[in-house]
Amino acid sequence: MSDNINKVPTMAEMAAKGESPEVLFWVGCAGSFDDRYKKVTVAFIKILNKVGISYAVLGEEETCTGDPARRAGNEFLFQMQAVANIQVLDGYGIKKIVTACPHCFNTIKNEYPELGGNYEVIHHSTFLQQLINEGKVGLKGGGEFKGRKITYHDSCYLGRANNIYEAPREVLQALDAELVEMKSCRTKGLCCGAGGAQMFKDAEPGNKEINIERTEEALKTGANIIAAGCPFCMTMMRDGVKAKEKEENVEVLDLAELIAKNEGL
Amino acid sequence: MQYLPQIAFLVIVAAATYFLYRRITQIRKNIFLGKASNRTDRKSERWKTMLLVALGQKKMFKRIIPAFLHLLIYVGFLVINLEVLEFLIDGFAGTHRIFAPVLGDFYTVLINVFEFLTVGVLFSCIAFLIRRNVLKVKRFSGEEMRKWPTLDANLILIIETVLMLAILTMNATDMLIQGQDEHYAQTGEFFFSSFLVPLFEGMSLSTLIFVERFAWWFHIIGILGFAIYVTYSKHLHIALAFPNTWYSNLESKGKIENMPVVTNEVKMMLGMPTEGAGDPPAEVARFGAKDVNDLSWVNIMNAYSCTECGRCTSQCPANITGKKLSPRKVMMATRDRAEEVGASIAKGGKGLEDGKSLLGDFITKEEINACTSCNACVEACPVNIDPLSIILEMRRYVAMEESGSPASWNGMFQNIETSFSPWKFAPTDRFKWADDLKKDA
Repeated sequence: MSDNINKVPTMAEMAAKGESPEVLFWVGCAGSFDDRYKKVTVAFIKILNKVGISYAVLGEEETCTGDPARRAGNEFLFQMQAVANIQVLDGYGIKKIVTACPHCFNTIKNEYPELGGNYEVIHHSTFLQQLINEGKVGLKGGGEFKGRKITYHDSCYLGRANNIYEAPREVLQALDAELVEMKSCRTKGLCCGAGGAQMFKDAEPGNKEINIERTEEALKTGANIIAAGCPFCMTMMRDGVKAKEKEENVEVLDLAELIAKNEGL
Repeated sequence: MQYLPQIAFLVIVAAATYFLYRRITQIRKNIFLGKASNRTDRKSERWKTMLLVALGQKKMFKRIIPAFLHLLIYVGFLVINLEVLEFLIDGFAGTHRIFAPVLGDFYTVLINVFEFLTVGVLFSCIAFLIRRNVLKVKRFSGEEMRKWPTLDANLILIIETVLMLAILTMNATDMLIQGQDEHYAQTGEFFFSSFLVPLFEGMSLSTLIFVERFAWWFHIIGILGFAIYVTYSKHLHIALAFPNTWYSNLESKGKIENMPVVTNEVKMMLGMPTEGAGDPPAEVARFGAKDVNDLSWVNIMNAYSCTECGRCTSQCPANITGKKLSPRKVMMATRDRAEEVGASIAKGGKGLEDGKSLLGDFITKEEINACTSCNACVEACPVNIDPLSIILEMRRYVAMEESGSPASWNGMFQNIETSFSPWKFAPTDRFKWADDLKKDA
């Protein structure tokens, strides 16, 4: 167990000491800059510190994976980002990466190998599930979320893109909460509306915003917590809940935040 | 005169085979307007995918009612067509039910099985017609389904219904003729068509023979005609579902195909060693896709395999919320354009140089810009069609050849270029999230 729950080791510091961590925590742009998602980053850092795993972050050396550029069609920009990131990652001899962003996860895991970047990449939902299975967090019983209704919103880039449906749900089950499913879930999960670089532009003309459609599905479950595992989903679902004027009763929380709260971190 | 029916039969079969061959050759050419694809790896996985998804209908069973009705038609089609073998031999040799004396009681069992499936197909066709025209299931409508696509769907079901009725009529009259005309072998009782017997009882022998012969000819000409029709129709999925699933994308759905040409340029810009550095630069027609020849041939085969069921569109978050994007329309447009270009080239026309293109004349930017790349359409397709890859290739064309992406995307590109984040934040602020933590540390 770590003696300091608030430390944030960087790769540069560790390299200077001649150390190399077991795993790199890839924070992502949303985790670094988005005020709401920074809280997720902090929650995950606290979990990492609590379980005493050897990790580090890149800090200022991290840059965008290129995911939104590639999905918006700008292949040059994507590859410039990817190749530069791979140089940094390989420079530190990184083998294993954990990230709280499904878009970063998908890009580094599936798209970097062809450009020469080969790493073991896991999303924080899988990482948390492993910690739970190893008995390092959760399962204390009688925690803050015991018996509360939680619905899980599938991120497209975790679910359909990478077939990760159960890990996030197993994390929620460790909270001893009541997991309720939306009408569209798992392989049929409805997108929050932000994928494919939609996060960075207004929606095309239509008769409804996608996040409203999805939020309505979530609210119908009667859950007062919407669990997410993606920064874009988080933004879209929070906006949806606000638009529906339900922010008094319904919270949108990331899996890491739920676990951290449950652990009293 | 005795050989006249045989000669007529030979001519009809030969003509049908010729038209079918010509049409298949044309479709093949249209598909290969597309660029090469390297999907020949992982062969055992490909065979397995084909067996499960095409032969085994695995993905159909996500919706149980249409899956069951479709299964009846599918099994009926596969099994009943065994009888065509007897039709062909009888037609060429001038025999009648040549297998009846050879197989004996087993023949009776066989034909009864066929009849059971015939009734199954009839049931499903009528149920499907009701779903389309009376219940008006939502996914069968939509902007792209006006006129021909709707007529095509109904025609297929009506033709199949009529063909099935012809089999039952043929069998019913055959039973009545047996014993009266020695050319008609004894076959035993056919369960389902015997319900039709009362309709024909009391007819003279010559009328019965006329009805039986008419039904026989109608059925075989109907099948041959339908086979040709299918090549112009969405119904082509009955054949192309198999290669289409074999050539499925086996990678994670989230992975977008790499552009090696770009990799080379990027590595050169960064002063890194490139593969085949000494070679002259490969000729790049275009970045991304403007027209069908910029797509891969698998994309175009996808389009020909589409049976317009609309499962993709009904799952598309953009379409559900009223945006113009419909993945089904993307596939239909791709097919229409491939047909148009192929037909023009065959006639010695302008082909791809006709002043039109897939993007612009068939698919608009507004449609491709609405996609969230969520893969719901890809997941929903019962034959593993991938509309997303066509959409993304078009976005590549717009971004790299036209610099015509939406202004906010151009802004996002600029942010990544200058501050290495899609949002405009100073790169030096990237690690500020840790400041509070560090204070407490």
